[in-house]
Amino acid sequence: MQPDLTKKILELIRLTSSSLPPNVEKRVRESIEKEEPGSAARGALETIIKNVELSRVNSTPICQDTGTPIFYVHYPEGWSTRKLKEQIRAAMVEATKRNFMRPNAVDAVYDKNSGNNLGGEDFPTIHFDEIDSDQPLVIELMLKGGGCENVGRQYSLPDNSLGAGRDLAGVRKVALDAVQKAQGQGCAPGILGIAIGGDRGSSYAKSKEVLFTEMGTRNADPELAKLEERLIKESNEMGIGPMGFGGKTTVLDTKIAGMHRLPASYFVSVSYMCWAYRRQKMTVRDDEVLYN
Amino acid sequence: MHEITLPISDETIRSLHVGEPVTLTGTMVTGRDAAHKWLIETFIKKTRQPQGDDLKVYDELKRLLNGSVIYHCGPVVSGLDTKDYKFVAAGPTTSIREEPYQADVMKHFNVKGVIGKGGMGPKTLKGCQETPGVYFHAIGGAASFIAQRVTKVLGAYKMEFGVPEAMWVIEVNEFPVVVTMDAHGASQHAVIEEGSKKVLDDLLAKPY
Repeated sequence: MQPDLTKKILELIRLTSSSLPPNVEKRVRESIEKEEPGSAARGALETIIKNVELSRVNSTPICQDTGTPIFYVHYPEGWSTRKLKEQIRAAMVEATKRNFMRPNAVDAVYDKNSGNNLGGEDFPTIHFDEIDSDQPLVIELMLKGGGCENVGRQYSLPDNSLGAGRDLAGVRKVALDAVQKAQGQGCAPGILGIAIGGDRGSSYAKSKEVLFTEMGTRNADPELAKLEERLIKESNEMGIGPMGFGGKTTVLDTKIAGMHRLPASYFVSVSYMCWAYRRQKMTVRDDEVLYN
Repeated sequence: MHEITLPISDETIRSLHVGEPVTLTGTMVTGRDAAHKWLIETFIKKTRQPQGDDLKVYDELKRLLNGSVIYHCGPVVSGLDTKDYKFVAAGPTTSIREEPYQADVMKHFNVKGVIGKGGMGPKTLKGCQETPGVYFHAIGGAASFIAQRVTKVLGAYKMEFGVPEAMWVIEVNEFPVVVTMDAHGASQHAVIEEGSKKVLDDLLAKPY
């Protein structure tokens, strides 16, 4: 009999909304020292850290835009995804009541906020992936705010205006363009999730999926690993800085995923994640639930 | 550090310059996408007939906004059932979406400042010179921190827009911001945008 995980998922939502992952916090803290004493950039990073500490202690949202909830559920063979979906949705309603989540689902046609973070079949977004029956159930959650979502971009290569061809040199060019166009709008310093290939839909989805991988780790493909590092370095040369105040810290990390594409298409999708890089994971084995 | 109490005089506004940190204390009103669209269509361009409590709210907003600031914010609010409202999380939202509306709203209501994040464009910058007013940049995402500076929620208008989009009247104490667009035509955002574009062009010219 499959357990009712609603309360455990509620805890996952609380944790994700109010607790920044330690490795993200560490990156932000390290960046403070790179900014000039007394500068607006440094002040912004210091305020961010104060906010992170306060949110964790008080269980209040790190950011009032609690974002699009994106769930990835890795369920052992035999589990009911229908029940898991019901439990996730019930937990979302309760999390909204308890102010871990802002009511964030707005009917785009009639401009009506549903008030409980449920909206049709697509809100929240839930991806299911079946795994072997002897593996534990894993639910990952990312909350991605609208400010950073709005500055994401998709390019169809070749892009003549940027001189970007259908190769990694072209990918580099459009990714740098996306960072420059984002300025501070996406709450810099940000994290880039980049997908190369796919169709328009799968490419954007992959550019977010890649943001679930561990911060600071590099792609197994040495070419892509090199490009990730180069994009971090060059993005930070642009002087946009925290909040776009000017400064040395614009991008904290970059993650790239390669996909297959049609011969006719070459999409590069750039998802920008704000510094409030909220993602957590729960693992369920028998009666035990572990968070991260 | 300038410590400013709302409402703000023209003289104080003109004394502010880009890059300066400021704290704000007093009564302000939140307003974002739905609110700006509604204000423009109903009272400024008058392309839409006032409905329901529109005219009553307009009269109250005229009084509240005169000399005060609009905060681009969609808060998380507790006490919705009892109307004993409290801001739980209240950082700024991206301001550029209000670029088509902001200057007209500032001039119409004599709004002396706009708080948000990411800065705004040339139309608002011109509005800042004409009103006069300034753009105050708050720290994006610092929602729990800023919510602590909101000492009291005095009320809410247009709840039909939803909690994030409603116009909340709030009392704040030492709300920390940085001036990034001033009444003298200077914009920190334009400077950073231009500088980063030059670097980008150099980077694009480099071989892979």
